[in-house]
Formats: sequence, structure tokens, C-alpha cells
Amino acid sequence: MINDIILMNGYGIYVWSAFAFTLISFAVLYAVIKVQLVKEKIKFDAKYLTLTSDKKKAVGAQETYKGILASNLVSKI
Amino acid sequence: MLKNFEPNKIFSITSKATKYVLFVFIIIISIGLIEALIISPEDYIQSHSVRIMYVHVPSAWIALGTFSIIAILSFVILIFKNKSFILIAKSLAPSGLVFNIIALVTGSIWGKPTWGTWWVWDARTTSMLILALFYIIYILAWRIYDGREKVHRITSLIAILGAINVPIIKYSVDWWTTLHQPASISIFSKTSIHTSMMIPLALMTASFALFSILIFLMKYNTELVKIKNKGLDRL
Repeated sequence: MINDIILMNGYGIYVWSAFAFTLISFAVLYAVIKVQLVKEKIKFDAKYLTLTSDKKKAVGAQETYKGILASNLVSKI
Repeated sequence: MLKNFEPNKIFSITSKATKYVLFVFIIIISIGLIEALIISPEDYIQSHSVRIMYVHVPSAWIALGTFSIIAILSFVILIFKNKSFILIAKSLAPSGLVFNIIALVTGSIWGKPTWGTWWVWDARTTSMLILALFYIIYILAWRIYDGREKVHRITSLIAILGAINVPIIKYSVDWWTTLHQPASISIFSKTSIHTSMMIPLALMTASFALFSILIFLMKYNTELVKIKNKGLDRL
């Protein structure tokens, strides 16, 4: 049974490599985009922490900034 | 209606939606993989190599669909100068390119046992390769001209030009004599695929679509945070 699934009448090498390529591509794409997102969020946090309190208030009043702050590390400090 | 696509409104949804999309994606792809690799039957001519269809076909559909959406959005961007659509179109491109590459590579792997060769320069494979080149040019244009005024116009024109290739890909198997088989599934006529193969194909297509949405959401958030980072610099 297991051998049938792995070998697939000699087509196993083609089938498994096609599925493996697909899943590896998914994992790489996900990792690359995730790293980009985390990098940008870290950059945002670093910039936000250097702002004066007035500027922080102004930033916090805007919808998108509120959303970013809520999902960023800085909100958890 | 276009106001609903404002980044401020979209961000609150996109930032929360990713974890739910990832969760549903993992469940559907797990069931899809079991169906595609174990439960579904082998083909009476192609034997087990037919299973490659479950990754090849959905990838090709999503690559084509994504580019079509980018082209439509680009058309709207050129006419109405809608800034929200620019961000959406830009965020769709990476997943579209990866699905296009998957379609080409898995097609090539499928070609070896069925056609006896890894690659043929026939209408379908060549037009899909051209689509991949358009994706690459589109993404490169964003990198090269990023921050400049003309970037929206250049990228939109590339997408609209590339859209000419979309119907060529779709009808290439009907217009020219090719090794590639014609479409087995049609919205307007009866499909020639048995239910036992249709179920894994539908599951894999759904999971690939979810993965494409997941990557889009993450890329969209990245681009938005990038813009807001520039905004902080100007404060």
C-alpha cells in the first residue's frame, strides 16, 4: 500500500517532485513576504518610538496608523 | 463605491483576516492533498501521472486570473487615477508570478512522462512563458520606478499590454495544433472530468486561491506599512 503510494507505477518521481516543488514554492513565498512585513513593522516601531509625544498623538489619531500600532510590537511594550 | 477600497478602511480588515485565511487554507490543502495523492483514481491512459493535474491546473488558472485582475485594475487606475487600486494591483503580482512559475515547472514535469520531453515550444506553453515574463517586467518596473510619478502609468501600461496575452493563452489550444490538451472544464458546456477527479481538483483550486489571497493580504499590509513609514519621516 505504502509502496504503491510512493512509487505510483513508476510515475512517483514525477508526481512527488511536482507536489514538492509546489509546496516548497508556497513556503518560500510565504517566508519572503512575512519577513518583508516584519521588517517594515520593526522599522515603523523604531521611527514611532523616536517621535515626540505631540507627534505620537497626531499619529495615533489616524485610522491606518492606529491599525498598524495595534498590530505592532510597540503597542505591546 | 470606490471609497470602500480606501487603504484606511481595508487595513483594519486585511490585518485581522490573514490568520483566519491561513487556518482555512491549511485545512483545505490538507484534505486536498489526501484526495489528490491517495483517494483519487489513476487515469486509464496517463496512469498516476495525471495527479500532477491537481497542482498544475489550479496554478495556471490562478496565474491567469490574477493577471486579468491586475490588468482590469490597471485600466481603472489609468482612467480614474484611483490610488487604492494601485496598491491592490501591486500586491497581487508576487503570488501571480509564483503560481505562473509553478504552472510552468509542474507542466514541464508532467510533459516528460506524457510527451517524452520536458519542454516544447507550442502555443500554450510559450504563451504561459510570455505571461511569466510580463509578471517579471511588471514587478521589476515597480522596483525600478518606485517613488517616481510615472510608475503608475508604466506599470498599468505593462499590465494592459500583457492582458492581450490572456485570451491567447486561453484559446491557444483551439487556434493552433498543439501537444497540450484542450480544456476539459467549461462553464458553458459539460465537463469531461469524472467527479472522483473533479473533487480533488476543486479542493486544490480552492486552497490555491486561499493561499493567493493570504499572500495578497500580507503583501498589501507590507506596502501600506511602507507608505506609512514614509509618512512618519515627513512628520
